[in-house]
Amino acid sequence: MVEDFVIETRALRKTFISKESGGKREVEAVKGIDLSVRRGEIYGFLGPNGAGKSTTQKMLSTLLQPTGGEAKVLGYDLVKQQEQIRQNIGCVSQAGGADLSATGLENLVLQSQLYGLDNPTAKKRSSEFVERFQMSSFIERLASSYSGGQKRRLDVALGMVHHPRLLLLDEPTSGLDPQSRAYLWEEIQNLKAEGVTIFLTTQYMEEADKLCDTIAIIDNGKIIVTGTPEELKNNVGGDTIVFGFSSEENARKAKIVLAENIQLENIQASNNSVHLYARDGERVMPELMRSLETKNLEVQSVMLSRPSLDDVFLKYTGRSLREDERKR
Amino acid sequence: MKILRDTRLMFIRNMQHTLRNPIFIIVSMFQPLLYLFLFMPLLNGLGGVPGIPMGRTVEIFIPGLLVMQALFGSAFVGFSLIDDIRTGVIERFLVTPVSRPAILLGRVLRDASVLLIQCILITLVAIPFGLSVNVDGFLLSLLLYAMIGVTMASMSYGFALIYKIEDPLAPTLNTITLPVSLLSGIILPLTLAPIWLQDLAKINPFSYAVDAARSLFAGNFMNFEIVEGFVIIAVLAAVLFMWGLRSLKKMTV
Repeated sequence: MVEDFVIETRALRKTFISKESGGKREVEAVKGIDLSVRRGEIYGFLGPNGAGKSTTQKMLSTLLQPTGGEAKVLGYDLVKQQEQIRQNIGCVSQAGGADLSATGLENLVLQSQLYGLDNPTAKKRSSEFVERFQMSSFIERLASSYSGGQKRRLDVALGMVHHPRLLLLDEPTSGLDPQSRAYLWEEIQNLKAEGVTIFLTTQYMEEADKLCDTIAIIDNGKIIVTGTPEELKNNVGGDTIVFGFSSEENARKAKIVLAENIQLENIQASNNSVHLYARDGERVMPELMRSLETKNLEVQSVMLSRPSLDDVFLKYTGRSLREDERKR
Repeated sequence: MKILRDTRLMFIRNMQHTLRNPIFIIVSMFQPLLYLFLFMPLLNGLGGVPGIPMGRTVEIFIPGLLVMQALFGSAFVGFSLIDDIRTGVIERFLVTPVSRPAILLGRVLRDASVLLIQCILITLVAIPFGLSVNVDGFLLSLLLYAMIGVTMASMSYGFALIYKIEDPLAPTLNTITLPVSLLSGIILPLTLAPIWLQDLAKINPFSYAVDAARSLFAGNFMNFEIVEGFVIIAVLAAVLFMWGLRSLKKMTV
């Protein structure tokens, strides 16, 4: 290995047989993906619901057998060396997995014991995490009484009790209030500082943007683009300018006018507005405004923004990740 | 050994859950107690019919009642597992290196332990009703109930792991448990049954368990029915446990 990869997959695939009224149908959840996760980085796996994120994570954590392809996790073969992988990775699923009818502390101690620690060590390890994640005020209560943020902290601690070198986090902040989310982000960054490699699936662009060193965008079971957040945003083609018009027709006309100055593939008209990507947005904007005015297309609003990962997603899929979020 | 250590951990975890609400150990004894109080008196009037010798009603009835508790008390434990599947607990266990059989063994051994407590309590309650029992036979019969409990619990867990939701679980378990109990002569001995019903009962493994339990209560240790009952139930328990384990492993396919 030239580089030190913690996760490496080649053409990793998963198909499910789904039973429907019309008989059985094969559903391809993950359609052959290649991942290379470097040691010590936070690798973001970004995509809408149902894109195949959780399926991929479940394969990497040995919960699901791949249908095809190869993968190595921490250098171990995903199919042949499951025991070693289980012993050395930490995993926090979307559901979390804390036992709600036990106290947080009982959860932590049992989890430590399941990884082979003897009773005194398990207790010591548990209190180490209680302190670290500031859980002492609630850890002796039944987990069913925890708030969303408290439960999530326990979930993440459960994934960490055995000090794994690789942590898989499946949508760790979904459904959390902003404060708990910020707290968890900080914790994830602390883990990285300690040298833990983190594979993070998320549907939140802000999260991927803020935390990740590398991002793979997945849609419909396929990785559509991979890179650092900066690379991805630069690929979009610079800044985003959004012009608003009084009607859909005007927006369509404007698209044709703007195409004289800007490459057509970088312009998209939707509803009453036109989105376009341009380098040096603040400098080209006055010029674009003038050309629209000469054609009597009245601009009702203008917005200029630095590219976001949503723009990246929009560029590669033609859909907005935000739209997908809203539909749910 | 890893499997023993992990089974112990899982057993303790599940037992903690049970002991957090110990009242349910009593609540789930309600059905057999109702039979004891409200149904057994009816049988006293029947004394002398085939299978119920005069004055020995209680002795015939109680072993059947304990098998009933083993069947019904253990058949619905799958619901607790569905809860653990839904909250992601089982998934969390499966990504640890914990021995897979231990996940199930810890549960069925808890179920069997709870069952044994209940069987002892029911038997104690029956003593004032005139139960005379061979103590050695009774103690040996506990092993039989425990194995029936393991059988039913494994089946229940197996279906829970396949369905993963509650809705189809109750009808499935009822559909199996009811005929199996009717065809085992739990409430009335099958000696009262017409021949076709007796023949049908012969393919029901639990009817052998009931015969064995009655022989043990009576202290007839030389009776071949006892060996027959133990062997049949032991094989059945092993088969269903393996089936449940397969369902658990299949969760990860």
